Amino acid sequence: MTENAQQAIKKVIVFELSDKEYAIEIDVVQGIERIMGITRVPGTPSYVKGVINLRGIVTPVIDLRERFGLEKKELDESTRIIVVSLETYDVGLIVDTANDIIDVPLQAIEAQPEVVGSVSSEFIAGVAKVENRLFVLLELEKVLEPINRVESV
Amino acid sequence: MDTNQYLEMFLDESREHLQTCNEYLLELEKNPEDLTIVNEIFRSAHTLKGMSATMGYEDIANLTHIMENVLDAIRNEDLQVTAEMLDVVFESVSYLDEMVQDIEAGGTGEKDVTAIVAQLNKIEKGEPLDAEGGDEVAATVVEEEASLAYDDFEMTVISQSFDQGFNVYEITVRLREDCILKAARVFMVFEILENAGDVIKSVPSVDKLEEEAFEREFAVVLITKEEEEVLQTKISKVSEVDYVEVTAVSEENLKADKRKQEEEIVQTVKKQEVAQKDSKKEKPNRPAQNQAANRTIRVNIERLDILMNLFEELMIDRGRLQSISTELHNPDLTETVERITRVSGDLQNIILNMRMIPVETVFNRFPTMVRQLVREMDKKVNLEIIGAETELDRTVIDEIGDPLVHLIRNALDHGIEMPEERLAKGKPEVGTVKLSAYHSGNHVFIELEDDGAGVNRERVLSKAIENGLVEEEEADSLTNRQVAELILASGFSTAETVSDVSGRGVGLDVVRTTIESLGGHISIDSTEGEGSLFQVQLPLTLSIISVMLVELAKEVYAIPLSSIIETAIVHSSDILNAHSQRVIDFRGNIIPLLDLKEIFELEDGEAHSDDEYHSIVIVRKGDKLAGLVVDSFIGQQEIVLKGLGDYLTNVFAISGATILGDGQVALIVDCNSLIK
Repeated sequence: MTENAQQAIKKVIVFELSDKEYAIEIDVVQGIERIMGITRVPGTPSYVKGVINLRGIVTPVIDLRERFGLEKKELDESTRIIVVSLETYDVGLIVDTANDIIDVPLQAIEAQPEVVGSVSSEFIAGVAKVENRLFVLLELEKVLEPINRVESV
Repeated sequence: MDTNQYLEMFLDESREHLQTCNEYLLELEKNPEDLTIVNEIFRSAHTLKGMSATMGYEDIANLTHIMENVLDAIRNEDLQVTAEMLDVVFESVSYLDEMVQDIEAGGTGEKDVTAIVAQLNKIEKGEPLDAEGGDEVAATVVEEEASLAYDDFEMTVISQSFDQGFNVYEITVRLREDCILKAARVFMVFEILENAGDVIKSVPSVDKLEEEAFEREFAVVLITKEEEEVLQTKISKVSEVDYVEVTAVSEENLKADKRKQEEEIVQTVKKQEVAQKDSKKEKPNRPAQNQAANRTIRVNIERLDILMNLFEELMIDRGRLQSISTELHNPDLTETVERITRVSGDLQNIILNMRMIPVETVFNRFPTMVRQLVREMDKKVNLEIIGAETELDRTVIDEIGDPLVHLIRNALDHGIEMPEERLAKGKPEVGTVKLSAYHSGNHVFIELEDDGAGVNRERVLSKAIENGLVEEEEADSLTNRQVAELILASGFSTAETVSDVSGRGVGLDVVRTTIESLGGHISIDSTEGEGSLFQVQLPLTLSIISVMLVELAKEVYAIPLSSIIETAIVHSSDILNAHSQRVIDFRGNIIPLLDLKEIFELEDGEAHSDDEYHSIVIVRKGDKLAGLVVDSFIGQQEIVLKGLGDYLTNVFAISGATILGDGQVALIVDCNSLIK
């Protein structure tokens, strides 16, 4: 494989949210966890499900369905928490299932079309089409803007 | 040489040496006669000079070098310790401190030191710092002339010159006081001299002359065939030369000189012997000290942090093992878990102790600071430090410095009165500021007591009313203590004039905020006319705390024991309503009740309304109390404090989280934000 070909590929993790496939770059993913005990944190937006004990580190988790305004779904056996690591913090993302790591050629990624399902377009970095599958690439910085609520009570 | 890898060590050691300098200088100020103290300072300065030169910090090296000269002169009893001299030396040390700090901040450590170097030079030569005191200057001149002594080599050269028919002159040149480019004038003089013959010696040395490291006068020895008068006129023509003296050296006075010199050498040798005897006297103490020093090692603080983190994880697993063993009822397992618990308890103590640093590291910069401030303000203050060996966790130490500086400045500026005023009030002229630290229970107390003016009730109240902190009607009902504590409220500064010492807009409320963010507490007690006492209470450590676990609708929350006064179970009939606020009568105090479930957005359990008894945790913030209504108490536990991370910041009434024995996360209630 030539140098160029290598650069032209992006490895992504594919996960599902209400039967649509989404993808995030593998570089930021720390791990994929089964669902575990979540401690609710009061006074936070409803999509913040709370915090989990991730091997001794208290990590906040958010429900991506709620973040995107999709309909709620009960957590079940296939529910996964994808832990992503941003510059200064780690966050867990609750998704329906996460099952694939695939290579996406860069030329397969297009800027977002006008409408992609119901997910607000500011969260979308682009759309990739690989072998008849369509993935929505997420703009994590936007999805995970820190919650900085001033005293609310 | 790549010196980066040594930088850390250099900084550490420089700070230590500067600190030693400061401490001993203060000592010296008290006992100016004690030359052993000078020795200590000299040693520190010398090491610092060596280190900084190696690291390539020229300015530090230069300044320490000249400082060392002064100290050396004191040590050899050529100079007497005076207050002015100490001022300059103190200033040099603070210059050095600034430079070291600059290096620490990533700077080059460069600073213009010429002014202070010049002052030190003057001191070294015994000249007064001001222009006055002419006869002392004269004395120096004599000394300098005498110091134009020749070594054996020069003697040989000179006597050979006589043989070959050359003249030898000692030429003393003095530049005008207002001369700006001294080096240039020196160069011009040397050019004339070198055209006329050979310069075999100059005082100060040529290097120093080029660096302008001399006052106004310098002397050279010239071997030439020219006549005295010719030289005199030629040199006088150089501009800005004030005075030239050319004296011929004859063989006779050369020999006389030599004899004198030999006598001097004998004298110095004697002096040195005496000095050696002195140092021998000290020696018996040394070996013991060395041994003690070898038994400690330097460990990078980061490693200790890692150790602490690992231990925290162990603690969590220990908790987990404990809960598994209680479920399984296996005696062997239970026994093992108990052992682990005991061992890890000991381990915790050791690790926490390792992170403990004496408050000395913060306190030791205060004497110098106070000395300086007091001089600026023309006040007279004696700073007493008690309990500097008291130990505190490093994380607390790092944060506590600035608030204390603020409190001390405040005490000096607003507390202690001017000397005349103190005398008029019948107090001793010299004010006392007492800084003390001590352990009590799980806390460290730091107290700052002054015998100054105390809090002026009238002035504080009128200011507080003006700023809307207090209603005019309630002013009279406030106790003295409550009034005193107003000065800690935000937006407060009672100084009538704004000085640059304190009262620059940021009030003591900053101090209070910092201390409270450390989980500490500050209180003030003041008697008008007699002085004030600021008391700062701090937790021993920030990473492992004792909490009371409580249950709220199946969720577990932790309340720090440091905020809890006690727990109580009250009957519904004891709960009263004042306006819309539920209150209870707690030992004669009416305290408000806060329903934690309401605050934490939990559904009110159906049991709530018909349950006749309520579990209440009584917490406090300063003097204020509040009762937190919970579902039930679980028990007391030591927990490892963890943050919620940067994603969730500023969650109301939650200060952090911890991991319980069953692996679940429990949130820690921040009582300070619940009580207004």
